[in-house]
Amino acid sequence: MNFEFKVQGGDFVRAGNASSQVKKILKQLNVDSAIIKRVVVALYEGEVNIAAHAFNGIINVEIDTERILIKLDDNGPGIPDIDLAMQPGYSTASPIVREMGFGAGMGLPNIKNNSDDFKISSVVGKGTHLEITVNLKSTKEEV
Amino acid sequence: MTVKDLVETLQLKVFSGSTGMNREVTGGYSSDLLSDVMGNAESGMVWITLQTHVNVMAIASLKELSAIILVKGFEPEENTLTQSNVEGIPILGTTLQTFEISGKLYQLLNS
Repeated sequence: MNFEFKVQGGDFVRAGNASSQVKKILKQLNVDSAIIKRVVVALYEGEVNIAAHAFNGIINVEIDTERILIKLDDNGPGIPDIDLAMQPGYSTASPIVREMGFGAGMGLPNIKNNSDDFKISSVVGKGTHLEITVNLKSTKEEV
Repeated sequence: MTVKDLVETLQLKVFSGSTGMNREVTGGYSSDLLSDVMGNAESGMVWITLQTHVNVMAIASLKELSAIILVKGFEPEENTLTQSNVEGIPILGTTLQTFEISGKLYQLLNS
């Protein structure tokens, strides 16, 4: 199964829409609730990152019998130093975004902690690509 | 303990989401950082915050929280109210600040 969602930069009102849809789909498929929780946390953070930092982005969710693979591709400024961006507490979010309670530098670490496999690549001036895999038979504890 | 019990005991204002008054309250989480709540709150918890925008409902819904308590007399924004009614997750209000209402809730849940 394949699902695609579009995210617009700056649109915080709709951030969470993809996560909410995916949660419904996974519930209908009777996926274990601990797995759903991890997918939802990772995907929500990804959506918010696109809304907070990029111009726009596309989320592709692929579900098969083994795993859920989420690809997030954005057109945006990109990340010059990924190691730094992965550090908990590091953030480049704007003051407005921070006032909303976002931009605490916890998004990417949250995504990584909830994934079984996590890939990130970025080209400065072009955009960022994330690949989040959550195995359906995963025994990883919720973080 | 249900959200309704909480409202009565702590004398909270009910802004919206009144169809969710029978939700079971399993604990509480006090934070104004959305990723913190996203990463660490557990389903059934009451979320104590001063954030009033619609994203608090996205988080409450995704994390299956039992209710939100807005502190210091803050009021939810219009689309936050609407979403609370759609989800059936109550938004409650108090004039107390986070430290005080958290203490009261903690005491109540552990008594």
